[in-house]
Amino acid sequence: MSRLRARTWLFAGSIVCAFLLQLMPLPPLLEPLKPYWIGLVLVYWAIETPERVGLGFAFLLGVSADLLVGELLGEQALRLLVIAFIVLRFRARLRFFPVWQQALAVLALLLNDRIVMLMARGFSGEPMPPSSFWLAPLTGMLAWPFVFLLFDDLRARLRAHE
Amino acid sequence: MPLARTDNATTLFAEGAVSTLRLIVYLACAIGLMVLDHRGNYLESLRRTGGVLIEPVYRLAALPANLARATRTAVATQDQLASENRALREQLLFAQARLNRLDALVAQNARLKGLLDAQKNLGLTVQFARLINVDLDPFRHRIVLDVGASQGIDVGQPVIDAQGVMGQIVEVLPNSSIAMLITDATHAIPVVIERTGLRTIAYGSGAIDELQLPTIPISADVKVGDRLLTSGLGGRFPAGFPVGEVRQVGQDKSGMFIAAVAQPAAALDRSSEVLLLRDQPQPYGPPAPQDEVGPPADLAGPAPAAAPGTPTP
Repeated sequence: MSRLRARTWLFAGSIVCAFLLQLMPLPPLLEPLKPYWIGLVLVYWAIETPERVGLGFAFLLGVSADLLVGELLGEQALRLLVIAFIVLRFRARLRFFPVWQQALAVLALLLNDRIVMLMARGFSGEPMPPSSFWLAPLTGMLAWPFVFLLFDDLRARLRAHE
Repeated sequence: MPLARTDNATTLFAEGAVSTLRLIVYLACAIGLMVLDHRGNYLESLRRTGGVLIEPVYRLAALPANLARATRTAVATQDQLASENRALREQLLFAQARLNRLDALVAQNARLKGLLDAQKNLGLTVQFARLINVDLDPFRHRIVLDVGASQGIDVGQPVIDAQGVMGQIVEVLPNSSIAMLITDATHAIPVVIERTGLRTIAYGSGAIDELQLPTIPISADVKVGDRLLTSGLGGRFPAGFPVGEVRQVGQDKSGMFIAAVAQPAAALDRSSEVLLLRDQPQPYGPPAPQDEVGPPADLAGPAPAAAPGTPTP
């Protein structure tokens, strides 16, 4: 029982952390490099616990992210839906990839996410962003192994405590 | 789930337990939300009602940056503090001297205005606000301020710092507000070139240190180093505040206009305290629609289905 509760805490805590990291400012030069933390955390939980993370969860997560940081309600909901769907579709293969291959897959996911974002913003009439717009997926890829190892380690510790 | 395949779900190349049908339903929901919000701007009112929940998150996310700043101050050496103190003293002296001269000018102005029997005075009431260190989106230039509706903040109020115009309030929460900077790619501000009095519009470029003036007439006199002031046209920003300085002058692609690039005067990425102007020259938003005026009902004929000859925009 307490094990389940600890897992739920880890799950909720990771999502709160992702929101805070997303909001946290960086020095202006590094600002375009900020990875899409909410997306990364969603990818991790979709790979590891698909029974908890479905399309409905991704949708709700996106709507709350829009409420916090967004400009257009539904934009991040759309982006996270696409991410969750692709990860859940290819979950069986992604799980057994070595970390570096997973990182490449995450890069592809995040690049696709940027294209979805560009489309959503284009339709709502915003101008094209500068070229540094495309840098964040790269840092997302670099951040992935750390996110993955950190959460795997935390979960292994929770299991070892039992 | 008619589309979910369960027979081969255990193999490595199974397509997972998620069906395309559900994806389509959720995607339709998301797109519907976006369209609705684009039309009706429900996000702002939702955020205002949810302000009680959202604002603490903003403050929490700003904590590490505040901590970093506090640490920097704490570990600064005596020397650094002393030199900073000296520099600030000098600045204060200059400001004081200019202020004294300005006082004389204000007195003179008031006298002349009295002579002209001018009704309006240019007295500005300002309100002090601090930035909350939160980054909403690196590609949209928004800042979060720590004053909101309960401090009397209103959408449309201009935001300035010591050097010039920073932007305007676009969204008000109960105890914080969101301002759009003049460099946001969707922002435009009417300006006047100080030296020649030429009026034009400065558009945000999406880069924090750049404003664009793409539509200056080819015959106009613009030089590098010209200062831009707010022109007061459009009624949002009062006239006479510094906006920026022209850094580069060239031709636009079509060769029909001069396209200049300016550097904003305000320290857009460094200010942590700002001033909000209180009295807006004009209320925010379009004027209230006028009552329909026409001939009395008994004189008017049957209403035409579509008035012929009226230009449609």
